[in-house]
Amino acid sequence: MPQVEERGGLGGTRDRGGRGSGGGGGDPGAPGAFPLPTAKLGAWILLGVVTVIFSALVSAYLVRMGLPDWKSSPKPGLLCFNTAVLACSSLFFQRAAWAARKGEARGVRTGVRLGGVLGVLFILGQLLAWGQLQSLGFRVSSNPSSSFFYLITALHGLHLAGGLVAWAVVSARPTPLRIELCTLYWHFLLAVWAVLYGLLLLT
Amino acid sequence: MAHHSPGYHDHYVGPEPRSWWTRYVFCQDHKVIGIQYALTALFVGAVGMVLSWGMRLQLGFPGQFSFIDPSRYYQAVTQHGMIMVIYLLTAFLLGTFGNLLIPLMLGARDMAFPFVNMLSYWVYLLSVLVLLASFFVPGGPTGGGWTLYPPQTVLKGTPGSDLGIVLMLVSLILFIIGFTMGGLNYVTTVLQLRTKGMTLMRMPLAVWGIFVATILALLAFPALFVGCVMMLLDRLAGSSFFIPTIVQFGQLQPHEGGSPLLFQHLFWYFGHPEVYIVILPAMGVISEIIAVHARKPIFGYPMMVLSILVIGALSFVVWAHHMYTSGMNPYFGFLFAVTTLIVAIPSAVKVFNWVLTLWRGNIHLTTPMLFAIGFLNTFLIGGLTGLFLGNVVLDFPLQDTYFVVAHFHMVMGVAAIVAIFAGIYHWFPKVTGRMMNETQGKIHFWVTFVGTYAIFLPMHYIGLTGVPRRYYDFNNLQFVPESVHSLERFVTVVALIVGAAQLLFAYNLVHSIFWGKRSGQNPWQAATLEWVAPTPAPHGNWGAVPPPVVYRWPYDYSVPGEAEDFIPQNRPTLQAQSAGGGGGE
Repeated sequence: MPQVEERGGLGGTRDRGGRGSGGGGGDPGAPGAFPLPTAKLGAWILLGVVTVIFSALVSAYLVRMGLPDWKSSPKPGLLCFNTAVLACSSLFFQRAAWAARKGEARGVRTGVRLGGVLGVLFILGQLLAWGQLQSLGFRVSSNPSSSFFYLITALHGLHLAGGLVAWAVVSARPTPLRIELCTLYWHFLLAVWAVLYGLLLLT
Repeated sequence: MAHHSPGYHDHYVGPEPRSWWTRYVFCQDHKVIGIQYALTALFVGAVGMVLSWGMRLQLGFPGQFSFIDPSRYYQAVTQHGMIMVIYLLTAFLLGTFGNLLIPLMLGARDMAFPFVNMLSYWVYLLSVLVLLASFFVPGGPTGGGWTLYPPQTVLKGTPGSDLGIVLMLVSLILFIIGFTMGGLNYVTTVLQLRTKGMTLMRMPLAVWGIFVATILALLAFPALFVGCVMMLLDRLAGSSFFIPTIVQFGQLQPHEGGSPLLFQHLFWYFGHPEVYIVILPAMGVISEIIAVHARKPIFGYPMMVLSILVIGALSFVVWAHHMYTSGMNPYFGFLFAVTTLIVAIPSAVKVFNWVLTLWRGNIHLTTPMLFAIGFLNTFLIGGLTGLFLGNVVLDFPLQDTYFVVAHFHMVMGVAAIVAIFAGIYHWFPKVTGRMMNETQGKIHFWVTFVGTYAIFLPMHYIGLTGVPRRYYDFNNLQFVPESVHSLERFVTVVALIVGAAQLLFAYNLVHSIFWGKRSGQNPWQAATLEWVAPTPAPHGNWGAVPPPVVYRWPYDYSVPGEAEDFIPQNRPTLQAQSAGGGGGE
């Protein structure tokens, strides 16, 4: 942040506007005071907030686990398959981003379409996993670990559903920046899920 | 306009409003959104004030007003706290000041994401409506205390435990979603859309305060979000996150094994930063007003910025000082007492700098300045009692007494609302092009200022005698002396008078919008950019000309050798003029 050193002093003796003297408006694709698209910064901040939400959830989980009456509950094997689906979804988005960089409209279309469809498939798989768990007799109210299981998967599912809104926007008018941000969002979904799934498996 | 200076972006995405509907209702203009936030927040604030009257009537004249039964009393206590802290103070200080000031002070044409910004207001309005709806459902709003501690908020027997608590939690979740949309805008706009020359260390302190407070809020609200979702599941889906095994009225409740302490940690991990989310923008607003109305540069600008950052960082490591008596590990108490007392240092730096800004300044005792000085006063007094409560040993006898109530009302209630008033009187001419009435403003100030002392100083004493807060009635308690009862009556009468003074403020506000004296472009002769824009500012803020270019810091007041006692931020320096620059004016 070179701007910080350039304060004009009491009388404002130095007058360089600074390299990153931003725009007066809000074209989210244009770089502002910092040399990256404004929309990208906004997306990073949003993902930061979501990270804090899941961190709060994970720390609540860890605190609850530490109490003496903690009992583990089973994890449906389907989750493993769902994880693979989400990973593939993320990969297709990455492929679309690469295609967009090269300007290949067809690669973009297939990548975005397949990525989104696999995202929907992941949610359906998660719902199926809920059904399996319920048929085993573990409901939201059964014990703390199954309550947490439903809560964690539900919040992650909602997070993915939010991504599907972004996916709809991108599908309607795919621009390279939009595809890039959507890809970023999907990688983030995958990373968060990897952490949550690992935590659920280990405990 | 990009040709004006190379590499300079001057687009904005908010569409020009074409109909009444998009100009005043579903408007993406940050100024309109700011005003919408202001009106909504002031309205719910008035509701919160009326609730406090109900509470005070019962405390001052127990049993004489039959409409305040114990349930209604607890509901009033709870909703007063929640409304004031979240729906008035947070919404006004960040929603209104954030929206009105950030783009104008930074020379931007609008927020970074105007559509998301508009959604932010509508989700906030929805959360307010859900909150108000809880007053009309069977059982009424929740009466579990504004901290919503489980298990009693969820269990039967607490007022509003069937529908009230559900609506409360849904409303909070909506508020957090709406705030996150706004907060994204505030942070991104500050980082990206500053005009040419507006470096971070040339930003007005109001923007610094709002900026850091928004970051705090984005990091703190998620904890409350998670807590609310978990409690909602406890209430609706029968899970036991927070509800331990309980026998109530001889019946074993369905919950087992939850941890109430877990909720307290989640709540206060949000709750303590919340204090600074409210007070940092207030501090920023006060810094502006003191510099403008004392015609002096703010003293120690870099230290002011640093202290904002330090307060922001420390606010995340002090939350458990709200939980000394909760039964947590005593060593935690020691740790959190140390961090709590350290917060006093940057806070004291700020007070010191404000006082030195006033020192030998050309002080104009206008209404905004009176309120700003009032802020210094109440913040200092409230902060001093914080030193008592931050010590574990002193907190044990004082916690949950009226001493605590007096402390937090002074330091974050009165101080923050006084800063809001200061800001309204100061920026009203910018918004409307008219001045508010000075005489009425001064009456409003003196009644409010003297009144708050008359209310909260006795409360310190009441607390020291050991009178607990939140009790409906303590008439038959032996340890409560007669002096406390007479003071309670006194406090109630003063509270009603202070409330009446707010009606005068409301009258002044509405009257001045239509019939106030015309203010001109820059009535306070302030140097910051919002006064460079036309008044009232058009859509896009700067009209057809490019946004101003900034050459200096925001506090060039009474510079020796200058004809006027202020230099706007966009006036080129001598060097810039001789270098042939200075196309910004």
